[in-house]
Amino acid sequence: MNHPVVIVGASMGGLRTAESLRRFGYAGPITIIGEEAHKPYNRPPLSKEVLANEVTHEAVAFEERAATADVNWVLGTRAVSVDQQHNTVTDSTGMVHPYCALVIATGLRPRRLNLPNGDLAGRHALRTLDDAINLRAELTPGADVVIVGGGFIGCEVAATAAKLGCDVTVVHNSAHPMLRPLGTELARQMQLRHEAEGVRFLLNRSVVGLTGETRVREVHIDDGRSIKCDVLIEAVGSHSNTEWLESTSIDLSDGVLVDSAMRAISSSGSVIPNVYAIGDVARFANPIFDNVPRRVEHWNIPTETAKRAAAVIAAQLNADEKFESLIQDQFTPVPSFWSDQYDIHLLAFGSLGLADKVTLVAGDATDECVFEYHRGEDLVGVCGIGMRSVVQSYRAKFI
Amino acid sequence: MIKVEVDMSKCQHYGQCVFEAPDIFRLNSDDKLEYTAEADDSERANIEAAIDVCPMQAIRIVE
Ligand SMILES: Cc1cc2nc3c(=O)[nH]c(=O)nc-3n(C[C@H](O)[C@H](O)[C@H](O)COP(=O)(O)OP(=O)(O)OC[C@H]3O[C@@H](n4cnc5c(N)ncnc54)[C@H](O)[C@@H]3O)c2cc1C
Ligand code: SF4
Repeated sequence: MNHPVVIVGASMGGLRTAESLRRFGYAGPITIIGEEAHKPYNRPPLSKEVLANEVTHEAVAFEERAATADVNWVLGTRAVSVDQQHNTVTDSTGMVHPYCALVIATGLRPRRLNLPNGDLAGRHALRTLDDAINLRAELTPGADVVIVGGGFIGCEVAATAAKLGCDVTVVHNSAHPMLRPLGTELARQMQLRHEAEGVRFLLNRSVVGLTGETRVREVHIDDGRSIKCDVLIEAVGSHSNTEWLESTSIDLSDGVLVDSAMRAISSSGSVIPNVYAIGDVARFANPIFDNVPRRVEHWNIPTETAKRAAAVIAAQLNADEKFESLIQDQFTPVPSFWSDQYDIHLLAFGSLGLADKVTLVAGDATDECVFEYHRGEDLVGVCGIGMRSVVQSYRAKFI
Repeated sequence: MIKVEVDMSKCQHYGQCVFEAPDIFRLNSDDKLEYTAEADDSERANIEAAIDVCPMQAIRIVE
């Protein structure tokens, strides 16, 4: 029997799903539809090496494995709709792809600032390799670079641009960059490290307008100031890529709601047994923390969710008797996160953003250190600079 | 036998690989990565899992 699996989104999550399907014994046809022209590549280098050097797709591409050599790649093509009655996906060329199982792996795209006079060259956002290559061309020594949003991506780009000799200002809407995930003490130390490298911060501020004729030349801040700007980088969060699913019954209130087997949930709360979602776009509950479904934008989650979905799909399509017990299993991936800024390598486990209390437990925040993150009495995360074995030892506490 | 290679110019000693293939990868007392370059075929699945979780994509199986 021919039981095709269609995966939409040709990035890390989509690739890992295909590989894992083969590993779990699914031998049927796999089609991967992806909007980008490139085969899957690793995104974290985009805010680091790729901005600093002439890096090509080859250098960041995931290595292809023999097991997935027969995957049908449909690249440079967008999925535009799903017909749940007939179990088909239609792509932007009009081609119709029938599926027995559909995997949604369409991730996120950057949110853009909605500004008066916004239609100017020199505005950037960073999600894809092409975004990074376009931005790299403008990060020349001495350029006035304004980054809106001091989260991880904003701060990584700030570090890279500062090292390239740009004049960098970060406009951020809270008291310190990366404040919400890291907590005051660590966020303040990170800010000091950036300032020592020449990065300027405008804190508790936002951008309200731009001036320029064809290119942006000045950015207007909400305190009435205007600052020079050759390159504007918008790192202010993201939107889920779910518009193509709008005619379906799926709960799309924030990404794609799924159960612990990664199966999509409809707006009326029922499981849709042949539609799955994984990666940044999937919203699932993690019993390590509580039963609230959340999207998790950490690099290890596409792989973890892909493996989970693939195990379930393979069992389902192979009519394996283990299927019923498999879908009852708990799914408790430990989120892990890292960030490289200058010579600082942050490593975290858990869900720092849930914490209401942050405590230094080892080292010194100006140097190597480890912080614990608690919500009430519960440990919800750990984050460190250096001191790897101490940070590592925490992972077991979440399993 | 399979040959494992870690590009030490990429590796940031995050140690994620250690969780997936503890018989191949370990962090030494200086928190630096050490690994066994030759592994039994039975380790392939673990090593592939380690490749999947390496943030720097520094690990390769050399066929
Ligand atoms: C610049 C940058 C730096 C990062 N750095 C770190 C880091 O240091 N540490 C960390 O833990 N995480 C980091 N991340 C996060 C990490 O890269 C993401 O969590 C991961 O890429 C998510 O993978 P995904 O497969 O779920 O989604 P994505 O990688 O977003 O892939 C989704 C794919 O689907 C495609 N698509 C969308 N809509 C359609 C459609 N309708 N039809 C067909 N295709 C479609 C998109 O074009 C895209 O290729 C970073 C992310 C970025 C952007
Ligand atoms: S996971 Fe990758 S970066 Fe981390 S220690 Fe292993 S090889 Fe090095």
